[in-house]
Amino acid sequence: MKSALQLVWFIPLLPLVGFLINGLLRNKLSKTAAGIIGSGVILGSFILSLLLFLQVKEGATFVSELFTFIKVNELSIPFAFQVDQLSALFLLIITGVGFLIHVYSTAYMHEESNSHFARYFAYLNLFVFSMLLLVLGNNFVIMFIGWEGVGLCSYLLIGYWFKNIDYTNAAKKAFIMNRIGDLGFLLAIFWLIAKVDTVTFATVFSAETLQVLTPTDITGITLLLFVGAMGKSAQLPLYTWLPDAMAGPTPVSALIHAATMVTAGIYMIARSNVLYTMAPFTQGVVAVVGLVTALFAATIALKQNDIKKVLAYSTVSQLGYMFLGLGVGAYTGAVFHVMTHAFFKALLFLGAGSVIHAMHHEQDIRKMGGLKKHLPHTHWTFFVGCIAIAGIPPLSGFFSKDEILAAAWSANKIYWILGVIGAAMTAFYMFRLYATTFLGKFRGTQEQEHHLHESPKAMVFPLIVLAVLSAGAGFLGVPAVLMENAHWLDQYLAPVFAASKELTAGHAHHLSHSTEYMLMGVSVGIAAIAIFYAVNKFSKNPDLEEPAGFGKVLANKWYVDEIYNAIIVRPLFALSNLLEKFVENKFINGIVNGSGRLVQYTARQLRYLQSGQVTNYVLLMVLGMIALFVVMYFTKK
Amino acid sequence: MIPVLLIAIPLVSGLLAFLMKGGNRAANLSIIGSIATLAVTLWACTTSSAECLSYSTEWIPLINSTFTVSIDTLAMIMVLLTGLTYPLILFIASKNTYSKPHNYFGLMSFMQAGLMGVFVANDALLFYFFWELVLIPAYFLCSQWGGEKRIAATIKFFLYTFFGSLFMLIGIIFISSQAPDHSFSWEAFTQVRLAYKTEAWVFWFIFIAFAIKVPIFPVHTWQPDTYEQSPTSTTMVLSGLMVKMGIFAILKWVVPVMPMSTWAWGDTIATLSVIGMLYASVIALRQNDIKRLVAYSSIAHMGLMVLGIFVASDISLQGVMIQMFNHGITIIALWMVVDIIERNTGTRKLNELGGLAQKQPALAILFVVIAFANIALPLTNGFIGEFLLFTGIFTSEVSSYNVVFTVLAGLGIILSAIYTLNMLQKVLFGKTNNITEKLSDITLAEKCTLAALVVVIIVLGVYPQPFLEYSQKAVDQLLSVMLLKRPS
Repeated sequence: MKSALQLVWFIPLLPLVGFLINGLLRNKLSKTAAGIIGSGVILGSFILSLLLFLQVKEGATFVSELFTFIKVNELSIPFAFQVDQLSALFLLIITGVGFLIHVYSTAYMHEESNSHFARYFAYLNLFVFSMLLLVLGNNFVIMFIGWEGVGLCSYLLIGYWFKNIDYTNAAKKAFIMNRIGDLGFLLAIFWLIAKVDTVTFATVFSAETLQVLTPTDITGITLLLFVGAMGKSAQLPLYTWLPDAMAGPTPVSALIHAATMVTAGIYMIARSNVLYTMAPFTQGVVAVVGLVTALFAATIALKQNDIKKVLAYSTVSQLGYMFLGLGVGAYTGAVFHVMTHAFFKALLFLGAGSVIHAMHHEQDIRKMGGLKKHLPHTHWTFFVGCIAIAGIPPLSGFFSKDEILAAAWSANKIYWILGVIGAAMTAFYMFRLYATTFLGKFRGTQEQEHHLHESPKAMVFPLIVLAVLSAGAGFLGVPAVLMENAHWLDQYLAPVFAASKELTAGHAHHLSHSTEYMLMGVSVGIAAIAIFYAVNKFSKNPDLEEPAGFGKVLANKWYVDEIYNAIIVRPLFALSNLLEKFVENKFINGIVNGSGRLVQYTARQLRYLQSGQVTNYVLLMVLGMIALFVVMYFTKK
Repeated sequence: MIPVLLIAIPLVSGLLAFLMKGGNRAANLSIIGSIATLAVTLWACTTSSAECLSYSTEWIPLINSTFTVSIDTLAMIMVLLTGLTYPLILFIASKNTYSKPHNYFGLMSFMQAGLMGVFVANDALLFYFFWELVLIPAYFLCSQWGGEKRIAATIKFFLYTFFGSLFMLIGIIFISSQAPDHSFSWEAFTQVRLAYKTEAWVFWFIFIAFAIKVPIFPVHTWQPDTYEQSPTSTTMVLSGLMVKMGIFAILKWVVPVMPMSTWAWGDTIATLSVIGMLYASVIALRQNDIKRLVAYSSIAHMGLMVLGIFVASDISLQGVMIQMFNHGITIIALWMVVDIIERNTGTRKLNELGGLAQKQPALAILFVVIAFANIALPLTNGFIGEFLLFTGIFTSEVSSYNVVFTVLAGLGIILSAIYTLNMLQKVLFGKTNNITEKLSDITLAEKCTLAALVVVIIVLGVYPQPFLEYSQKAVDQLLSVMLLKRPS
C-alpha cells in the first residue's frame, strides 16, 4: 500500500490549488463557486488524510522527499514530508475541523461581496496549506516555513476587514509578536546546525546525534524552541496578540486562533519530546510558564464581556494547560488536549459566531440574554462545548484535562493545586458566559429581538458535528483506572514518545487507583460547584455594572498592553527619534557637512594660488619636484 | 567577446539616446539596448565556451594596465541581475515624464555600461575607471532630475564617494607596485604578499571606498538623502545595482587580495555592520517618507551582507552570493511600487496615504508579496539569503563573537517586520482620503512588470538549489584563495 502513502503530496497541494484558483479568479467566481472550491479542496485533503491515517494506524510510517531545498557543503535540508502517528493525527484535526469551518464560513461570510468572499477563501486555503507544511515537514526548516506561513495567513485574516485601522493594528501586532518568538526558533535551528549539521528530525533525535550534544546544548536549544512556541501558542509574556486577533472573522478565530495554529507550539515540543525529556530544566520552565499562563489568562476571562474575548482568554489558558502537560512529561495528554480542545473550542467559537450573526454583529454579552429559545441548536451545542471545557465527565475535556492534572500531581503537588484552581475558574467563566448569553431575559433592543433567528444549515451542521466530537472524543483516551487498555491514543502515539518513555522509565511512578479517583473527584467536584454558582448567579443577575476595584484590573487585562507600551514600544520610538535627530543629523551629518565646508573654504583659499602669474606656477613646480626628490631619496633602500 | 558587448551595447544605445529628439524614442531606444544586453547576458549564462567569456587587449602599456574583462561566477551573478532588471527599470521609468528625456535615458544607459564594466573588469585600474564611470551619470541624474533638495544631496553623495575613490586609487597603485609584474591584473593582485602591518593599512585605503558605497555605518549618511532626492528609477539602479558594487568589490578586490586583514579586521567591521543594522532599523521605524523608510531598511539589509562576508564561513558566503541577487530583485520591485504610488497619488508621505487596497487591489497584492520578501518570509527569495547568512554567521569559526552578532542582527528581523508592516498598513489599509479615493487600479503593463519580479522572488524562494550550486563555485574559489594566503 505504498501508493496510498505517496498521496501525501496532494494533501497540502489541494489547498494550494484552491488558494490559487480563488485568489487569481476572485473577480470572476460566484460565491457558490468560491465556496465549493474553497471547501472542496479541504474535503479532498481530509479524505486523503483519512486514507493515510488508516495506513499509519497499522504502523506504516514513511518519509517522502520531493527535492533538495538548500544544500551547502555538509548542510543539507530536504523539502520532505514525514508521515507518522503524530503528523497523521494533526492532519486529521487540521483538515477535519478545517473542512467544517470552511462550510460554516460559506454561510457566515455571505454578506461579503463576491471578490472579497473569494479572497477570504483564498486566505483560508493558504492557511491550511501552511499549517499542513508545518506538521508534515520532516525537519525544522520545513516546519519553520509552515510556522511563518501560518503567521502570514493569520496576519491577512485578522486584517481581513482592512478598512478598519484597529483590525489592521491587531494583525500587525500578531505578526510582530510572533516574529519575536520566531527569532528564538531560528536561533535554535542555527544552534543545531552549528553542533550537528542537520535539522532533520530523524537524525537529530537519533541516539548518535544526542550523544554529540552536551546538556547545555540541549537546554539551550529546547529553551529557544520554547520561545518560538511562546509566540505562536500565545504564552506569557508573548500572549497579548491572541485576544486582539479576535478582530478577524469568527470562523477564522475558530480555525486559526483556537483549533489549529495556536497549537503549533505544542506540536513542535511534542515532536521534539526527546530533547525536552533530556532537558529537565527546560521542562520546568515549560511547566511553570504554562501553568502561570493558564491561571493568568483565566483571571482575565472572569471579567470580559465580549463573547469572543472570553473565548480568546480561555484559549490562552487552555494552551497553558497543554504546556503544563508537556512540561511534566505528559506528551500524550498534551496532544490529547490539543485534539479535544480543537473540537470544543472550535465549537464554542462557531457557536459564538452564530450568536453574533443572529445579533447583527453585537458581541457584548451584557446586551444579550435569553437566546436559548431563539437559537435552539446553537444553544444546545454551545452548552455541550461549555461542559466539555469545564471538565465534566464523560465529555472529552474531562479526560484530557484529567490526564494532564494527574501527571502534574506526580510531578509536583502544587502544580496540581494551581491547575485545579484554574479549572474551577474555567468552569466559572464559561458558565458566566453561557448564562449571561443564553439564560435570563433578552436585554437587547426590540428591533434586535425581532430579527433573532437560528442560523442557516451550513452553520448549524458543523456545530452539531463538533458537538458530537466534543462529547465523544474523550473515549479515545480513557485512563487505565477506569478501564484497562482503553487508552487508544496512548497506544497509537506510543512510537512517537517511545524514546522519551525509555529515558524516564527508571523514575516514573504510577499513582495508586485511590489517589487517581480522589484527584478526579476533587477537580470534577470543584468544577461542578463553580458551574452551579455561576449559572445561579448570572442567569438571574447578570454582571452588567462597570467593574470597580480589583475587578477593574481584571477587566482591563492587568494593564499588560499599557505596560508593554510604556516599557517597550514608546522607548523604542523615542530611541528612533533620538538616533535620527542627534546621532544621524547633528553628529554624523555635522561632521560630513563640516568637512564639506572645509573643502569649500580650502578651495576659496587655494584660488589665490591660481594667480595667473607663470612665475608662481614655475616656483611651485620646482618646489614640488624638490620635495618629490627628497622623498624618493630617503625611501630608497 | 561577451563582456565587451555587455559594456558596448548600453554605451552605444546611451549615445544614440542622447542624440534623439523625441523623449519616447530615446526611452524606447534605451529599452531596446537593455533588452539586447539582456539577450547577451542570457547568452553568457548558457554558453559553454570559456573563450566567449573573456577578452583582453592593450590599454595603458606604460603602467602595465590592460583592458582585461572576463565573467567568472561572481561576476555572472551581478551581470545577470543587472541584465534582468535594467529593461524593467527603464520600462517603468518610461512611464514618467522627465524634462530632457533623451539626456535622462542616455545617462541611465551609460550607468548600465559602467555597472557591467565594474562587474567584468579584471584589471584594477580598469575597474577603477568603470567605478567612476558609474558615478558620473549618477551625479547628473540626481542633480538634474531629483527632488527639492537634490543639490545638497548630490554634493554630499559626491563628497563621500570622491573621498572614497581617492583612497582606493592610492591603494590600488600601491598594491600594483608590490605585484610581481607591477601590473594591475586581478591575478597579480591576488599574488601580492604584503607585510602584515602594511596590509593592515592598505586594506583600509581600499575598503573605505567600498564601505561608503555599501554603505556601512557610520559612512552611510549620503544614502538616505540620495535615495530620497533621486528620481525613483535612478534610485532603483542606485540601491538595486550600484550599492551591490560595494559588496561585489569587497568579494573580488578585498577578500582574496588581502585575506589576512580581512580576518584581522573582521570583528571590527562586523561590529560596525551590526551597529549599522540596528541603528538603521531603529531609525526606519519613524520615517514618514516611503523612500527614506526603504532607504534605511536597505542599509540594514546591506549591513547583514557585509557581516556575512567578514565572518567568512562557507555558508555565510553562500548567503552573500544569493542575497546580493535577491536583495537587488526585491528592492527594485519595492522602488517600483513606490514609483507607481507616487505617480498615482503625487505623494510619498505615509500619513497622506491610506486605503489603496480598496482602490488598487492588484497593486496591494503585489506590494504585500514584495514587502514580505523584504522581511524574509519563507518561500520568498529573501528567506533563503537571510537564513544562509544567519546560519553562516552563527556557525562561523573565524569570528569569536559569532553568537552575539547573530542575536543582535536577529533583532533586526523583528524591527524590519515592524517598519515594513507599518508601511503596508499606512499605504494600503484603513479608509481612503481625498488623495486616494479617486484612484483606479494600476495598468496591465505595471502589473506585468511587478509580476515578473514577483515570479523571481517566489521561484528563488521555493527552489534556490540550482542557484546555490552555481554560486558554490564562487565561494569555493574565494575560500581557496583565502586559505592559500592563510598565515600558518
